[in-house]
Amino acid sequence: MTLISSPASGPAVSARVSEIVAANAGREGPLLPILHEIQQEFGHVPEDAVQVIAEGLNLGRAEVHGVISFYHDFRKLPAGRHVLKICRAEACQSMGSEALGERARAKLGLDWGETSADGRVTLEPIFCLGLCACAPAAMLDGELRARLDEASLDALLKEARA
Amino acid sequence: MKLHLPADAAAKALGAEKVAAALKAEAQKRGIALELIRNGSRGMIWLEPLLELATPQGRFAFGPMTPEAVSAFFDDPAAHPLALGRTEDLPWLKRQTRLTFARCGVIDPLDLADYEAHEGLAGLRRALEMEKPALVQEVTESGLRGRGGAGFPTGIKWKTVSEAPGPKKYIVCNADEGDSGTFADRIIMEGDPFTLIEGMIIAGLATGAEQGYVYIRSEYPDAVNVMSKAVEIGRAAGLLGRSVLGSERAFDMEVRVGAGAYVCGEETSLLNSLEGKRGIVRAKPPLPALQGFLGRPTVVNNVISLATVPIILARGAQFYKDFGIGRSRGTIPLQIAGNVRYGGLFETAFGLSLREIVEDIGGGTASGRPVKAVQIGGPLGAYFPQALFETPFGYEEYAGQGGLIGHAGLVVFDDRADMLQMARFAMEFCAVESCGKCTPCRIGAVRGVETVDRIARGDRRAVGILKDLCETMKSGSLCALGGFTPYPVMSALTHFPEDFARAQEAAE
Repeated sequence: MTLISSPASGPAVSARVSEIVAANAGREGPLLPILHEIQQEFGHVPEDAVQVIAEGLNLGRAEVHGVISFYHDFRKLPAGRHVLKICRAEACQSMGSEALGERARAKLGLDWGETSADGRVTLEPIFCLGLCACAPAAMLDGELRARLDEASLDALLKEARA
Repeated sequence: MKLHLPADAAAKALGAEKVAAALKAEAQKRGIALELIRNGSRGMIWLEPLLELATPQGRFAFGPMTPEAVSAFFDDPAAHPLALGRTEDLPWLKRQTRLTFARCGVIDPLDLADYEAHEGLAGLRRALEMEKPALVQEVTESGLRGRGGAGFPTGIKWKTVSEAPGPKKYIVCNADEGDSGTFADRIIMEGDPFTLIEGMIIAGLATGAEQGYVYIRSEYPDAVNVMSKAVEIGRAAGLLGRSVLGSERAFDMEVRVGAGAYVCGEETSLLNSLEGKRGIVRAKPPLPALQGFLGRPTVVNNVISLATVPIILARGAQFYKDFGIGRSRGTIPLQIAGNVRYGGLFETAFGLSLREIVEDIGGGTASGRPVKAVQIGGPLGAYFPQALFETPFGYEEYAGQGGLIGHAGLVVFDDRADMLQMARFAMEFCAVESCGKCTPCRIGAVRGVETVDRIARGDRRAVGILKDLCETMKSGSLCALGGFTPYPVMSALTHFPEDFARAQEAAE
């Protein structure tokens, strides 16, 4: 159980991060592309990556840390096996997304931003998927769903817990 | 058999992939050779997934299509219960003036030849024969203003960059479309990416910039995917690169992905993010036009502004300018969203009244209940009550009513909406998304939430404090996040005072 949510670390991580940094270092403004690639690879941005990035781009560690923590997307810990994001922005609210969000939290026993103890599912809020004309909307592992109601949300929660 | 089925994110979210699979399976079962084109969306989201059958008489529409309805479609399309007739004749489409979105939903988004066959590259070819000042002049004369929300004249911005000294300049496209209720950028990037590329190249020609970036929010994976592929195709075809369409002019571009920060839709914060920094707002001056990306002269334009440039060049400034009202020239892609019956993207000349948009085009609420309020322009836009529904759609017209058109997204709410809660949400959202640089936004939003909560508990004195706080945020914030959050808050308070008095009445 704890294995799933423990961050990646060690020399193998540093070596791979080094490669990613080197491959992007020539670009204008390379830090965001580097962080995206690291997260793509490890599912999060491991603490060990910070030093390697800082050295590779000639930045302070604090600066790199500041960037990672500024953006909602970058994770310090791996997410659950499934990530369910429910839109909480105004257009979805107008179609009852707040009640659906409550239902999801109650059924999963999770608050926003939490991962279930068995590591199966992470529940996150998202602010707009651009599906405002077919609200309420959600995204499960990158797959979009629209016009959710209680029944389709329950089906989605079942998938998320699988 | 030639069919069109959108691969647009909204169509997918409504089951387009399952329909596509059913179509392929059924065609195979029946031994029919199927050509399935995955186009963008025509914007009629309530009809998605919208299947179209190509015939010598034009394209015929069927929607919203379901996998279960596929078999009957192959039996006899004409007698199908979901048959809508010729797509072009659908009233919702026919009433529009589709200039920026002319090709969207029509062509295969990644087929450059299809793009050219539909007037694509005509603007660029003309631009390649023009001098920089003439190009800037053409865009200025068209009356095109920033479609991201600020409404700054595009031509003036280009002129500043064009005349700015410096060996390297940039075109940055702001595709960080974070406002709830807006999806025009997403739809055009997914449905007609070459029009944005063409617009960016023309901007490069007009200003002397040879490098462009499209900064797309990470919440739009489909748009990132289509745009990235289109850039590769453009490069391979000689549209992008050292010699644009065989000319002496160079322009190349790259797609960059945001990381989930709403404030990065603000241009200076976007530039910091693009440079790999925290998305902190920069004080202006210096203007990005003079010191933008990496401190160099930079055009920062919204997707729709840039995607509209090709048609202006192709048809001429006068053609575009002839649409619209007052100082709002041309067309605007209205995004009708939220609790609405016929939601989607509707491109039309400026000037429609809010009532026409919401009731006539949008068909009223999806729930069938009365419309209570419409929020226009995203989370930083004002809530308009029915009393303001005659306001014509235009920059100055909305500003005159204490609102803004923003990116032209309209979110409809029915009579169950609690406007005090919506005001609280606006403050809460600002508190979460504030970049933290300026105090009115960083602290003001947190105090705003607390103050709305006091009102909710029946503390009438807090109303004055909230008004005061909004005034401070409006005049003291560095950017639109803190500066415009008072719009939804104050409009809710002004137009729906009963929602703020409820707790007090209960207390008495």
